[in-house]
Amino acid sequence: MLDDFIVRAALAGLGVALAAAPLGCFVIWRRMAYFGDATSHAALLGVALALATDLPITAGVLLVALVMALVISTLSGRNVSADALLGVMAHSALALGLVAVSLLPGQRVDLSSYLFGEILAVTRFDLAVIWGGAVAVALLLAWRWSALLAATLNPDLAQASGGNPKREQLILTLALAIMVAVAIKVVGALLIAAMLIIPAATARPFARTPETMAIWAMGLGAVAALGGLMASLEFDTPTGPSIVSIAAALFAVSSAFASALPALRRRG
Amino acid sequence: MSLIETRGLTLRHDGQVALRDVNFRIDPGEIVTIVGPNGSGKSSLLRALIGALKPAAGKVTRKPGLRIGYVPQKLQIDGTLPLTVRRFVNLPRRQTPDAIRAALATAGVPDLAERQMVDLSGGQFQRVLLARALLERPDLLILDEATQGLDQPGSAAFYRQIEEVRQDLGCAVLMVSHDLHVVMAASDRVLCLNGHVCCEGTPETVADAPEYRALFGTGTQGALALYRHDHDHHHHGDACDGDHDKTTTRETENA
Repeated sequence: MLDDFIVRAALAGLGVALAAAPLGCFVIWRRMAYFGDATSHAALLGVALALATDLPITAGVLLVALVMALVISTLSGRNVSADALLGVMAHSALALGLVAVSLLPGQRVDLSSYLFGEILAVTRFDLAVIWGGAVAVALLLAWRWSALLAATLNPDLAQASGGNPKREQLILTLALAIMVAVAIKVVGALLIAAMLIIPAATARPFARTPETMAIWAMGLGAVAALGGLMASLEFDTPTGPSIVSIAAALFAVSSAFASALPALRRRG
Repeated sequence: MSLIETRGLTLRHDGQVALRDVNFRIDPGEIVTIVGPNGSGKSSLLRALIGALKPAAGKVTRKPGLRIGYVPQKLQIDGTLPLTVRRFVNLPRRQTPDAIRAALATAGVPDLAERQMVDLSGGQFQRVLLARALLERPDLLILDEATQGLDQPGSAAFYRQIEEVRQDLGCAVLMVSHDLHVVMAASDRVLCLNGHVCCEGTPETVADAPEYRALFGTGTQGALALYRHDHDHHHHGDACDGDHDKTTTRETENA
């Protein structure tokens, strides 16, 4: 079964979508969208580092994404005025990554595979890495779920109950770096943040609790991943962007539903 | 043994000294109120007591195993986060349905469990925060400007609730407040801050202290007198008080 590249692609897409969805919920609840951008754009620097030192790509990306995420979270905390700083970091990281990859001696690197992913070329080994990372992210989130929620609502409140909001922030940072490292093969550095944010935002109108929102986001992310894969095969379009396009279409439908909802309720 | 004790506590906020050399303690069952103008270091002191702010100098000692129920000054819930009252009071620890029902009833909001947090009124929101703090089974209840944004009858009703809660649970209560006249006389001790401890003692001592008057003027003296009457249920302004009572009762019922 795994011999079929389409099956491998579908499993890779599902793995990323299912782990990115609950993590993405935290990214939007904590208003970390730019944080996700900056971390995932830094992935390209990680690719350059890995190619230059013969490290596995995943290890290079994980390392750089982790460093980037730690730097930003130290610099900004949850300060709103950090918006500009995060924007600067996100796009500088991308530009520096592009420059660094082009400077590598003696290599012709196919940049677009790192920018937009290469889901149809996923190997069995890639699949193991993706699912390993996805399961790690899911376990981290499940383990810390309530503490993360409390820290997200109000750090002082979490602290007073004996929690440690700084540690929870670190755990999210770590989960984000793992996510970026395993998702780059599937959707590419440019679109990882989209897989985090769009399914979570799409799920919002359907949910009354954080948990139901995460579950909806997982379902919607899975639909986008499989739908995008099928669409890309049907219309011969790039797969990563097709997945994100389907996710965006679902978001549009959900937003329309959300604005119609009050009127529907009134009609009873 | 005191629940929390500080020795020579100095705190910094944004690089500036917010509070200097505070020696403070709160014992089981005590009600202590902290007053002081804006920027006097009240919230910094509370944050240091719960462990959210590291002392720049000095020491904070908490009784081992101390359970704190914290009601924050404000709690901004992002519109992207769906959260029912029931889910909120389960944070950070899962509670039994019975405990939740009891806590919501004690806090005066028995019927709100399935509502979304963002749909609550100011008074309902504060009471839900209180219910969540009660579920921690606190030895010490800490309230930071808990009645901010409530109108006067609303905050009076809220403080009555606190008083009842303390009688039921026997926990100590530490409050920060602007509502001097409502809060002070209900306290065993008042701590007046202005970058340092200005004065400290019973409500009467503090209200008469020249340091306190210099900060708040003599106007509050009258307010405190008015409050004393209210507290002892004397005749003063009975009709008016009765009205307020009715208003707040009705509000609670509607909730």
